[in-house]
Amino acid sequence: MIRVQSEDFDPGAEIARLSEHSTATGAVASFVGLVRGDDDLTAMTLEHYPGMTERQLEAIEAEARCRWQLLDVTVIHRHGRLLPGDRIVLVVVASSHRGDAFAACEFLMDWLKTKAPFWKMEERSGRQDWVDAKSEDDSRAERW
Amino acid sequence: MKILYFAWLRSKIGCGEEELTPPVGTATVGQIMAWLATRSPGHAEAFAKPALIRAAINQDFATPDQPVGPNDELAFFPPVTGG
Repeated sequence: MIRVQSEDFDPGAEIARLSEHSTATGAVASFVGLVRGDDDLTAMTLEHYPGMTERQLEAIEAEARCRWQLLDVTVIHRHGRLLPGDRIVLVVVASSHRGDAFAACEFLMDWLKTKAPFWKMEERSGRQDWVDAKSEDDSRAERW
Repeated sequence: MKILYFAWLRSKIGCGEEELTPPVGTATVGQIMAWLATRSPGHAEAFAKPALIRAAINQDFATPDQPVGPNDELAFFPPVTGG
């Protein structure tokens, strides 16, 4: 399940929902990305491309389901203006075994960071700057 | 043709969406970028370094040599930075 929204989400509720998916579930792995308040960051705004974002996330989920034995997947990504400590993204993966759950969770985050059309703008002491893409993120996505 | 701009391209150009008809012979993503760069100082600044820009046709990633039709939705944006 893919959700792109401005509202916050409840990681506990989302993990519980996937944990109850089926009696075949033996492992649920999750990742929560937060706004890091370092270097005097006061806020971060996430812009996205409505429509393409959902399509890309659905394609990434389909790729993960093709590569690993997954019972359920949840990806929630927020957009809009967020403050340090706010949640940005949630990935939850349910599988029969932990190996597939861990791997698919990391894969989903790595591909999301390089293929889903979101852009971060940081605010620091009145200045607004668009964040540059990191080559490290490309390297992490290319490992898979 | 509907053309969309995101992130710093939108900031530099000053709008997020334009409905434009590229001149005859302007058929690919790369050719349209070169033509857009001539439209205003903001466009020129946004498209000054084409290698930094990513494109999508109808919401799928596209390369500079891909052809674009009059009914397509074409989008330009920087490398993505979500997550």
